[in-house]
Amino acid sequence: MTADTTAGQEAVQVVDLSVDLGGRPVLRGIDLEIRPGEAVVVLGTNGSGKSTLIRTMVGLLRVSRGRVSLFGTPAPSFRQWHRVGYVPQRITAASGVPATVQEVVASGRLSRRRLFRPLTAGDRAAIDDALEVVGMVDHRKHAVAELSGGQQQRVLIARALASDPELLILDEPTAGVDLSSQSVLTEAIRERVARGTTVVLVSHDLGPMDSLIDRSVVLRRGRVVYDGPPHAAQTHAHVHPHGHGPDEPGWLPS
Amino acid sequence: MVAVMTLFELEFMQRALIAGLLTGLAAPAIGTYLVQRRLSLMGDGIGHVAITGVALGLLTGTAPVLTAVVVAIAGATTIEFVRARGKASGDVALALLFYGGIAGGVLLIGLAGQGAATLNTYLFGSLTTVSPTDLWIVVALAVTVLVVAVGLSPQLFAVCQDEEYARVTGLRVQALNILIAVMAAVTVTVAMRTVGLLLVSALMVVPVATAQQLTRSFRSTFLAACGIGVVACLAGIITSYNADVAPGATIVVLALAGFMVAAVAGALVRRRRGLVPPLPDEEPEVHVPEPAAHLVSARHGHAHDPKCGHPAIEHGDHVDYVHDGHLHAAHGDHWDEH
Repeated sequence: MTADTTAGQEAVQVVDLSVDLGGRPVLRGIDLEIRPGEAVVVLGTNGSGKSTLIRTMVGLLRVSRGRVSLFGTPAPSFRQWHRVGYVPQRITAASGVPATVQEVVASGRLSRRRLFRPLTAGDRAAIDDALEVVGMVDHRKHAVAELSGGQQQRVLIARALASDPELLILDEPTAGVDLSSQSVLTEAIRERVARGTTVVLVSHDLGPMDSLIDRSVVLRRGRVVYDGPPHAAQTHAHVHPHGHGPDEPGWLPS
Repeated sequence: MVAVMTLFELEFMQRALIAGLLTGLAAPAIGTYLVQRRLSLMGDGIGHVAITGVALGLLTGTAPVLTAVVVAIAGATTIEFVRARGKASGDVALALLFYGGIAGGVLLIGLAGQGAATLNTYLFGSLTTVSPTDLWIVVALAVTVLVVAVGLSPQLFAVCQDEEYARVTGLRVQALNILIAVMAAVTVTVAMRTVGLLLVSALMVVPVATAQQLTRSFRSTFLAACGIGVVACLAGIITSYNADVAPGATIVVLALAGFMVAAVAGALVRRRRGLVPPLPDEEPEVHVPEPAAHLVSARHGHAHDPKCGHPAIEHGDHVDYVHDGHLHAAHGDHWDEH
């Protein structure tokens, strides 16, 4: 692989990645490089493999072929998890014991904390900042289960921001989120992008986040079919393909 | 009063009360994590398996507490592996393990020449049988469980709250899961002499269920559950001495009575909380007059943003801000009345 020599500089490097789930191939031969500071959206219909792709990036799924590197380190031996902020799809079921917004966001500091140590002043300041960015300071003592869907999503973003990550990976951050929360989330992410954070997000409906994306990747049936600048047409086109030729920029032969 | 004085002077009662105090702390502490990850019945399963451990001890002449803790840890680790694989057959595998544990235990106790009376002291607890050696083992095990449950609480909380997220923060999730299972097994053994193997799970779950009727945070649930556990254990042991009944049953009945009181209190508190305004994301129920087609807000110097304090509400494809009873929407460099 010639890509090996340049691997050190990429925030995320995916080489010839294939992933099977339950014996069924979901991703097939994905090549993707995400440079530091980029804001990339991964688009695709349900079942196109977009969530699988980013869940594999953060090491939650086993790779069946190819490899994923984060900041130049192959994912299996990557240890600097404080550099990565992950926002999963919203908690489907609340856990059995109540937890406050503050407690959930504090989990975001775990990648920087040592065992058997209390929260430091630095940890507390980072938690406060993260709550401030998503506008949830007033709700810090509230039980997460009592919040609306949009507010819960803000809590998950605050948790990811609490470790001050260089790479922010979000799975469907705007799905089922009310418009006012969407604009809060967009501003929070825009602020991170302005500070040089690399952002990768999965979506099938960008909404207000459209304005901060500088590259989009479209998946169809587990393969990359488009990788290039975002423009309004292709968010539509990936759902309704209309005989694009290889001469159009960004479209890859499938 | 005289009865209470003599009770505290009896050496076996002193040992029973120390064991009860530690059990009352340790069982709800680990129970909070089990309830959080919805494994409330795991303690029950481990208790069943531990019966075989007790029987092995009686059969071989070793201290039953030691053999029980070894067998319980083996059983708990097996349960955790079956759970982590998440296969549909795992449910059946667990049932086989539980019933195998009881049946094996009863069989081995029979072979050891011990009758149902001996078995009963392990199933439902027994005040008189806590020997000084037992007490030292119980103290060491309970202190270990408490140190881990409190010291590693941020990590254990994260794993029980959102396992996948915990993995992405670099936590060793599988090791922590096994640690929780092992701690549950140790706690079962600690509680064996006080509440007994068949009722130990109740002491792990009922105080947590009681606490969360009135709490909103994990931390307060954890602390309240431990407090409730201690009160139930100590009161149950004293009552059981006076009434001459098995301590396990007394402790669990007291804990359940506490739960009912808390459930009623919790319902009343929630009804009062229900009177607070609806979630801010919902449409405010104020009458907002329809604006003209394009009505520019005159001399509106304030720039709304999500943090300005004016309630933000959804209006079709954009966000409006409620300002003195009417709605403002951003439009280029000015604000429209909506």
